[in-house]
Amino acid sequence: MTTDKLAGWGRIFQPGREKLSEDLASLTKGAVLCRGLGRSYGDSALPPADRPVVATTTLADRILDFDPETGRLRGEAGVSIAQLNRRLLPRGFFVPVTPGTQYVTLGGAVAADVHGKNHHVAGCFGEHVSRMKMRVASGDIVTTSADENVDLHRATIGGMGLTGHILEVEVAMQKIRSPWISQHTRRVDDIDEYIDGLKDAAGKYPFTMGWIDCLTQGKHMGRGILMAGDWADPSEAPKRYPKPLPTLPMPFELPSFVLGPLSIKAFNFAYYWKHLPRTMSGITHWQTFFYPLDMISDWNRMYGPRGFTQYQCVLPDSSGPGAARRVLSVLTKLGGASFLCVIKDCGPEGRGMLSFPTKGISIALDIPVRDDTQALVDALNEKVLEEGGRIYLAKDSYTRPEHFRAMEPRLDAFMEVRRKWDPETRIRSAQSVRLFGDRDTSPREAAPRRPSGNTTTQASAR
Amino acid sequence: MKAVILGATKGMGRSLARAMAARGDELFLLGRDVADLERSAADLAADGARPAGVARADLEDPSTFGAALDSAEATLGGIDTVVVTAALFTTQDKLEADPALCARLLTVDFTNTVLFCEEARKRLLARGGGTLCVFSSVAGERGRKPIFLYGAAKAGLSSYLEGLDHRFSGEGLRVVTVKPGFVRTASTHGLKEPPFAGNPDDVAKRVLGAMDRGAPVVYAPAAWGPIMATIRALPRAVMRRVAF
Repeated sequence: MTTDKLAGWGRIFQPGREKLSEDLASLTKGAVLCRGLGRSYGDSALPPADRPVVATTTLADRILDFDPETGRLRGEAGVSIAQLNRRLLPRGFFVPVTPGTQYVTLGGAVAADVHGKNHHVAGCFGEHVSRMKMRVASGDIVTTSADENVDLHRATIGGMGLTGHILEVEVAMQKIRSPWISQHTRRVDDIDEYIDGLKDAAGKYPFTMGWIDCLTQGKHMGRGILMAGDWADPSEAPKRYPKPLPTLPMPFELPSFVLGPLSIKAFNFAYYWKHLPRTMSGITHWQTFFYPLDMISDWNRMYGPRGFTQYQCVLPDSSGPGAARRVLSVLTKLGGASFLCVIKDCGPEGRGMLSFPTKGISIALDIPVRDDTQALVDALNEKVLEEGGRIYLAKDSYTRPEHFRAMEPRLDAFMEVRRKWDPETRIRSAQSVRLFGDRDTSPREAAPRRPSGNTTTQASAR
Repeated sequence: MKAVILGATKGMGRSLARAMAARGDELFLLGRDVADLERSAADLAADGARPAGVARADLEDPSTFGAALDSAEATLGGIDTVVVTAALFTTQDKLEADPALCARLLTVDFTNTVLFCEEARKRLLARGGGTLCVFSSVAGERGRKPIFLYGAAKAGLSSYLEGLDHRFSGEGLRVVTVKPGFVRTASTHGLKEPPFAGNPDDVAKRVLGAMDRGAPVVYAPAAWGPIMATIRALPRAVMRRVAF
């Protein structure tokens, strides 16, 4: 009997426990799901209720091969981007795509097909993955690439770990000209100016992103700070190496009432006006530029015991101008509060069958869990559906199956590949049970039978 | 350093090997599974160093020790440091329930580890000295209720290492006995965590410092030093009544 609990980054706990080992091949035999560093916000790295054990990959963290001529790297699935930054940035290499935290594993980066500030030029992580080694549901270990088991390769990228257990990943690291970032930021007055600014910056910089205040209604809705940057030219970069910055601990949870609409409004106001000059430029540390939230370890504790959910959607260009404003109006009309609202312009859809981004605008919101959170997510989803958009599974905990199905015409093709490689649905997650109705249909997993048929023995057996 | 490491593929050994490789020490890895050793050697080379050599040595089979250390000496051109982190660990319940497992653990963690250290120290002394760094445990400080079988093996090991230090420190042998408290590894995963639990990377940093200084005993995390001093001082009547 286990009273262990697991959660996603949103700290909404469910029963479950982790198994760990350096030997990932053995650990994944018969496993229902793998888990990396647990930064997905919702229930995608949580096990199904009927088999509450996940195979956590984080101890399988060796770099198996690195070619400094080509940048090609092969690593065990538990290698983290943080480790790659620590060890390979001094050698002049950076990951081709990084999400907003460096605490994700290679396996997780593939499974969520993560994207970053350079999505408009570099696409998602999966675009840069040449080969993978996986253990599929049958128990076999197979290789996937653009030439081998192509359907499995494409389904696994963005496949939330549901197609098989990733053991090794081969990815192309990028040679960079200096380890410092040249950053330019601009204060913008409203969401339309923000989005125009984003598109303008996209033509000039490989890294663009920004933060907006989505709580202020009316004319100034979506005022914010736009950020753009590139690796600094060696001539303008400091000669010293940018050593890793210390992190501040967040050792306790804040009570739920601390982060509410009023305090968040106050934060937004202060953050916006801190950027007093209209534009600012300078050399920045890579950690500050790419990973501002990582600076506070366990920052998710700020949301208190009820936790929070992230809502991230992408609105395609076809939805027309003003789509972002329309979606944010739903949030403000329902009195929802988001501490961080990040808006990013995305490039074309990636090769992953369920890969999230598509050409358009991505909006990411943090929503503290309250009694009306389900209703709020429903309303946002309805609006996103109207606009022809979709949500990001790596963030989701509340989307209803019918909404997801309506948003995802690609779902049937994905499920077909899953069925081919896992006809009995031996691999599933709390999220796939919730969204796809997954049930294990393999005969040996029927109601537990004890040889003695003695109920007393059954009850006392561990 | 030119160091041989037995146990670099997992846990604290992996962290220590990484810390040593990152600062440029030349390494040679010993272990049971050569393919796994090669994966670890490749990982250690990712920082830009030359890949470490590997050879098979099994703590369950002392006949493998000599050849493995020969191989290390030949490849590195002499060794000045030997590190042992490898050991068997399991819970008191399992050891009490399975005498064969118990015999195996006691043999590996005490007898065979001592035999390996004997091989190692003879070679180091033949070259005029060096550092022998061996991972024992706080479990060896006192026979404690929840862990005294594993603890007994480590107690024997700690005593041997102390004797080695007394006898050979004058001849250039620096014996570093590492006594980790509770450290979060695959071995301890799932066990109830006490206060002052440590992480392998922090332990590695601390041990590296101790090796450089030649400190004879190092507790990691540091808090376990004062904790064990207190526990050592408790009368038997108290130890009979506490749960730890």
